[in-house]
Amino acid sequence: MNEQDKDEGIVLTEAQKRARRSRSIAIALSLAALVILFYVMTLVKGPIVLVRPI
Amino acid sequence: MSLVSEGADFRRPLAAERPLAEPSLASVGDYVALMKPRVMSLVVFTALTGLAVAPGNLHPLTAFTALLCIAVGAGAAGALNMWYDADIDARMVRTARRPIPMGKVQPGEALAFGLTLSGFAVVVLGLLVNALAAALLAFTIFFYVAIYTAWLKRSTPQNIVIGGAAGAFPPMIGWAAATGSLSLEPVLLFMIIFFWTPPHFWALSLYRTEDYARAGIPMLPVVKGDVATRRQILVYTLILVPLGVAPYALGYAGALYGLTALVTGAIMLLLAGKVFVERRPDDRASKHLFAFSILYLFLLFAVLLVERGWGGLIARLAA
Repeated sequence: MNEQDKDEGIVLTEAQKRARRSRSIAIALSLAALVILFYVMTLVKGPIVLVRPI
Repeated sequence: MSLVSEGADFRRPLAAERPLAEPSLASVGDYVALMKPRVMSLVVFTALTGLAVAPGNLHPLTAFTALLCIAVGAGAAGALNMWYDADIDARMVRTARRPIPMGKVQPGEALAFGLTLSGFAVVVLGLLVNALAAALLAFTIFFYVAIYTAWLKRSTPQNIVIGGAAGAFPPMIGWAAATGSLSLEPVLLFMIIFFWTPPHFWALSLYRTEDYARAGIPMLPVVKGDVATRRQILVYTLILVPLGVAPYALGYAGALYGLTALVTGAIMLLLAGKVFVERRPDDRASKHLFAFSILYLFLLFAVLLVERGWGGLIARLAA
């Protein structure tokens, strides 16, 4: 099988790579912010955070 | 009668739609645009007012979390709206440059984005603030997307009257976030926005009638005509103005609010009267009413926020 017959799948263009990278960074920052928010809110609420009457 | 079924082909594929296998070129900015940031800012502002005027001492970080969740929920609803309305957005001048008609974001991507953010916003609000606020946020998103966008918008000229409830819920969510309950005062804030929505959007639709007609959206001027719309604007403004003064009359707001509501309400009535007597093609009065209606709502909530929210905060800090 020569090189041309190989299935290389989808090859991203430079613009697509840049767009994907910026989206990945935004998702990472959002998740990091969510982790910080949950951590700080747990400190603020204290043990009551576990009390969840329905 | 429904204009929608008489020739509008709503589910035809978008010209800008690319094959699904092609990797996305959507930037972060395109996703931000999907969330309708200007609508989000109004939602945050009215929710902040509801939150600030509510009794009780909510921790600032909890208040911030509540506002963040409400903002994200509003953005998610905006993304779901753009997903569903991509076909008619492509036909209207005002909306043709949105990310989906432009081919920057695929409809499926917008749907996944909207659903994910909706889930996150509701769950986080429920876990970190309270269940009532989360339930109200979930209902608001459902109402905006399923009731307004998917059903009313394309089927009745009363679309923005009933659908306006979705935009009126944020102060109630803010109040619920602060207190875990509801009372007459947040319902009054809901009513103000609810009755403000028809004159605001119908004033816009009077000078965008061709745009709405081209997209097949049965807005009131398209279905019932120009004169009927101008009459309805006046009727709703006549209901709105006393409602705007009601927080003062019922003792929920101070003299500054009462004065602001009276003066701005009188201007609203004057402009609605001018719209009533105006005839096409001169749409100056409609444009003036549309612009002033934004200032009217902003002033009412801003004065309430300053008077009750910040004033109350200063009083609490001083005590």
